[in-house]
Amino acid sequence: MLENYLPVLVFIGVSMVIGAVMVALGFVLGTQKPDDEKLSAYECGFEAFEDARGKFDVRFYLVAILFIIFDLEIAFLFPWAVVLEEIGMVGFLAMTVFLGILVIGFIYEWKKGALEWE
Amino acid sequence: METILNFWNWLGENFILAQILIKIMAITLPLMGLVAYFTYAERKIIGHMQVRMGPNRVGFFGYPLWGLGQPIADAVKLMFKEIVIPTGANKFLFLLAPMLTLGPALAAWAVFPFDEGLVLADINAGLLYIIALTSVGVYGVIIAGWASNSKYAFLGAMRSAAQIVSYEIAMGFALVGVLVASGSLNLGDIVMAQQGEGGLFSWFWLPLLPLFVIYFISGVAETNRAPFDVAEGESEIVAGFHVEYSGMAFAVFFLGEYANMILISALTALMFLGGWLSPFPASWVDGVWLLGDGFHWLVLKTLIFGFLYLWFRATFPRYRYDQIMRLGWKVFIPITIVWILVVALMVLGDVLWWA
Repeated sequence: MLENYLPVLVFIGVSMVIGAVMVALGFVLGTQKPDDEKLSAYECGFEAFEDARGKFDVRFYLVAILFIIFDLEIAFLFPWAVVLEEIGMVGFLAMTVFLGILVIGFIYEWKKGALEWE
Repeated sequence: METILNFWNWLGENFILAQILIKIMAITLPLMGLVAYFTYAERKIIGHMQVRMGPNRVGFFGYPLWGLGQPIADAVKLMFKEIVIPTGANKFLFLLAPMLTLGPALAAWAVFPFDEGLVLADINAGLLYIIALTSVGVYGVIIAGWASNSKYAFLGAMRSAAQIVSYEIAMGFALVGVLVASGSLNLGDIVMAQQGEGGLFSWFWLPLLPLFVIYFISGVAETNRAPFDVAEGESEIVAGFHVEYSGMAFAVFFLGEYANMILISALTALMFLGGWLSPFPASWVDGVWLLGDGFHWLVLKTLIFGFLYLWFRATFPRYRYDQIMRLGWKVFIPITIVWILVVALMVLGDVLWWA
């Protein structure tokens, strides 16, 4: 069983190497003539005003946090979905309770306006 | 033929790594060719949709040949371009980002079954692996935007990351529906679960119709393609997260994006349109050449979804960002949650004709 995973590992390695080789090829074949103006960050011809890694909207954090909750929910659903036929109606009802609690949370964040972008 | 087979088995016994590498090349090289000509198809098809000719000059041996040489000329041109690494950029991350975009898009094919039993790694956690790898793609975008140290790149990366993770939830829920219907994480088993006397009506697209539509639209959003391409949005943030990339570093991003599009198309074909299964019931076309099950059906279905990508781009204006987030969170997620329960009830109540 475990030896089935060897090709997967090799494939991940090969695909990363393909990307690396292509970028390296660009460095080998392309002429490199850097100068100050060429290397400055693109800001429509202006000098860059400030460091780009500054503050950003808190909503992006919010989306990330909500994503974690829902992605975990999916992770919980996966094994349930595979064995649903064996566990039958009891399993279905148990998952309905679980989903119900999450849906309550979902409704709460919806009403609170966490999903609004204006 | 006998000698080749013998050699192949000998290779497998003694140099398993060499055999795996040959198999990987047999997947990767045609895929790269497909990606190259997908870009050509895009320019040509959108060109004709807008009553233009599209590229029609670069051919082979002095003949234009409808511009078939264009992708190769583009690749050669990009190879000889300078790779600009901006001052203030984190060099290591800046060069890592394109590889992180292309790598998962290629590696995901490791578990992809092309025909019955024709798969590189027949693992039971196939679908889990696919989900894991398609999620890694978002790192390429975030790292590219952060490492560039450019306002535009940073904005594009933030938008893109939030969009991708939002649609990933809808995508994951849609896949849970597929799992409920098929009862297996193995991609080959998922296809075989769609086999039935109904032909194309046995496939999952019919009972899972909402999930099918949501999966493909989420796939379009995941790959940052029009009409969900605010991450690139050339009219507002010039090119988004890859504004500072040039030459081969840009080309690798480009390849990754198109490889991802082909992957999503192929996965949609596999999970909702029966993969390599023939749309005709087996009893009708038993033994009839090309009408039975086979690899060519998978290719055909994949190309249909690939065409849809291009059609969307030529047809729809770009969504506004708040509309994108609303569609993902307030439309797709509620629909998928409800439909998972409906599918579960269908499976438990045995109202599915394939079960």
